Amino acid sequence: MNEQMKKIYLYTRYERFWHWLQMALIAVLLATGLEVHGVFSLIGFERAVDVHDFVGLTWLIAFFFFTFWLFTTGEWKQYIPTTRKMLIVIRYYSYGIFRGEPHPVPKSKKAKHNPLQRLTYLSLAAVMLPIQMITGLLYWSYNSWGAWGLDFLTMGAVAFIHTAMGFGILIFVIIHVYMTTTGHTVFAHIKAMITGWEDVEKSATVEEWEAR
Amino acid sequence: MQTRLHLICVITLAACLAFSWQTQAAEESSPAPGRAMARQAGIMSGDWTTADHSEMEKLQQTFESGPEITEACLSCHSKADDQLSHTIHWKWLSPYEDGDLIGKAGYSVNNFCISTNKMEDQKCSSCHIGWNGKEDGINCLRCHGGADMDWQAQFKDYQFFKEMGETELVEEIQADIKKAVTDITRPTRQNCGSCHFNGGGGEAVKHGDLDASLIKPKRSLDVHMGIDGQDFSCTRCHTTQEHQVSGRVYSTPAVSERKSLVEDDLAPKISCESCHTATPHKDGKINDHTDMVACQSCHIPEFARAHATEMTWDWSEAGKLKDGEPYIEKGKYDRPVYKSIKGTFTWEKDVVPKYYWYNGSVAALTAKDVIDPSKTVRVSHPVGERGEDQSRIFPFKVHWANQPYDKVNNTLVTPLLSKANDGYWKTFDWQDSLSRGMEIMDLPWSGELGFVETTYVFPTTHMVAPKEQALDCRACHQLEDGRLENLAGFYMPGRDHFPMLDYGAWGLAIAALAAVLLHAIGRIMASPGKREE
Repeated sequence: MNEQMKKIYLYTRYERFWHWLQMALIAVLLATGLEVHGVFSLIGFERAVDVHDFVGLTWLIAFFFFTFWLFTTGEWKQYIPTTRKMLIVIRYYSYGIFRGEPHPVPKSKKAKHNPLQRLTYLSLAAVMLPIQMITGLLYWSYNSWGAWGLDFLTMGAVAFIHTAMGFGILIFVIIHVYMTTTGHTVFAHIKAMITGWEDVEKSATVEEWEAR
Repeated sequence: MQTRLHLICVITLAACLAFSWQTQAAEESSPAPGRAMARQAGIMSGDWTTADHSEMEKLQQTFESGPEITEACLSCHSKADDQLSHTIHWKWLSPYEDGDLIGKAGYSVNNFCISTNKMEDQKCSSCHIGWNGKEDGINCLRCHGGADMDWQAQFKDYQFFKEMGETELVEEIQADIKKAVTDITRPTRQNCGSCHFNGGGGEAVKHGDLDASLIKPKRSLDVHMGIDGQDFSCTRCHTTQEHQVSGRVYSTPAVSERKSLVEDDLAPKISCESCHTATPHKDGKINDHTDMVACQSCHIPEFARAHATEMTWDWSEAGKLKDGEPYIEKGKYDRPVYKSIKGTFTWEKDVVPKYYWYNGSVAALTAKDVIDPSKTVRVSHPVGERGEDQSRIFPFKVHWANQPYDKVNNTLVTPLLSKANDGYWKTFDWQDSLSRGMEIMDLPWSGELGFVETTYVFPTTHMVAPKEQALDCRACHQLEDGRLENLAGFYMPGRDHFPMLDYGAWGLAIAALAAVLLHAIGRIMASPGKREE
């Protein structure tokens, strides 16, 4: 760490646990989901279905805890979208980063996410993942649709959305994993998500709106 | 802190993986619910017989003809003949329709020996449960006799030697008859099999799942009948009420309701659900199939697993002679591939069934129906469609034939095959046998003979394999060449894809990967170190 850096405690224990648990769940779900889809053959269709169902339900339950945590701790505010500095962040990643410029929106305890992250994580946590969980739950319980008054659904429609969202998450994973390497060192962000301590520049000032 | 977090991640992953192994292990330790239910339902409680027929006074007499034996039986079993006279086994007519249209003795046709010509055909009638075809009344011993006996020959010999005054031989024959008459059983596999294993004019011709291999099958061939397993007789499932044996599939299903014995202990045991219930598997996801997929579809992976079954029959090739004599040519499996009297055949073993939606009914043509000879004619086909309450995906043997039809009337025609010196099997004359056959049926025959391709279906339901041999999910849930490839109108995971979605999604994923790679290369190229140089 160079002299202009300081450490701040950014990610609490639960947050980090949740992140890595979710990572593991998504990894297993992606792998088994693609196997069921017929992309490759690894553990066999039947076991892939069993694991996918079990892990999917586990995720659904764990996600309730995450939602509870999000609202009781007020952390949901981190996900409020904003357009301010959005263009500057985009400019940074497509230009400034190559010139060694500092990140225009430094991280702080009260603003963990830059405007791009806010938008991405909000659409992920509030739209894509819930859709994926709901369609997954429906997919799993398709024999009960009649009893639940959901006869209007078709397997094809549910499967289409579930598959599309699955690929959406795969694309997110690709970009997300790459973005972790854009810290001041390649593994800086990953280390922060493990230890909770993020390196930020000493001189960095946090603007009012970012700290709300 | 770091180690602890790692530990949590590892434990979570391990828990997920352990789950699947654990379920696997549990499956092996205790039987699936449906298996446990069936075992309870299937407990054998020894011999229920309360009578020894060798002690019956009525049977201690000299029998000179078949009907005399029947009379002796009826002197105690007084309702048996009336009961039997209403059954399909006696009438060869569907008990579910009025009139004489549907049934072997009616206008029904198939694509094997085609028709019994209202039971005038001698060979066909040899399977009838009467003493002499449909003459001379019921032969109770056809189904209840433990001895294997050619009764017609036996009584012929008896009369012959009696007239000759050969008392010793006469007594010997009479002793054999008496022994056979007092050897009374519930119908055994031999009783049922003597006809049902030989349908279509030979062993394993008609059914791919009913042949002589079932007389002493291994458990691996038939998990229920295996002599090294449950050792069921036919009547264990084909339960009977007033001599009506359950399980006949014509225009009406074998069972109208899928009930387990728990729901109705007097229901016929003819369906799998009767003993195994509709939720037989331990794994809930597999139970989710039972409203759409028949048990047979996965649990009878192939039919004709012991003996080869006949799959095609081309009548148009019949009638070739060698030196003026009919001949037989044998091929693979030591089965005939050519018979002058019948035409050419092909035989197959370990046949993968064809799968159709099936509600338990089979629709069949009669000799009165007009056909379209420009297409393959479905002489019989399964009835049912997706979404119907009783319909399931069910495995079938589909038998192909090339069989005679009337080119003018566009009907399937019924040649007389065997009757003294008149049938095709003696004369090899289509015109003669067809005009005789159609006259018996009282149906028009233009004299214009053609041959038309036809199919005939048999639901595959016997020879259920042990669970280890049940089909793997991928047999159906796969992209190409899955067993349910021909069934459309529904989305099946693993089989069905949305090509546009797949191409689009993979395109985007690859684009994203390329973008981050390019971005990374850009960063490396423009890294501070480089810039300073």
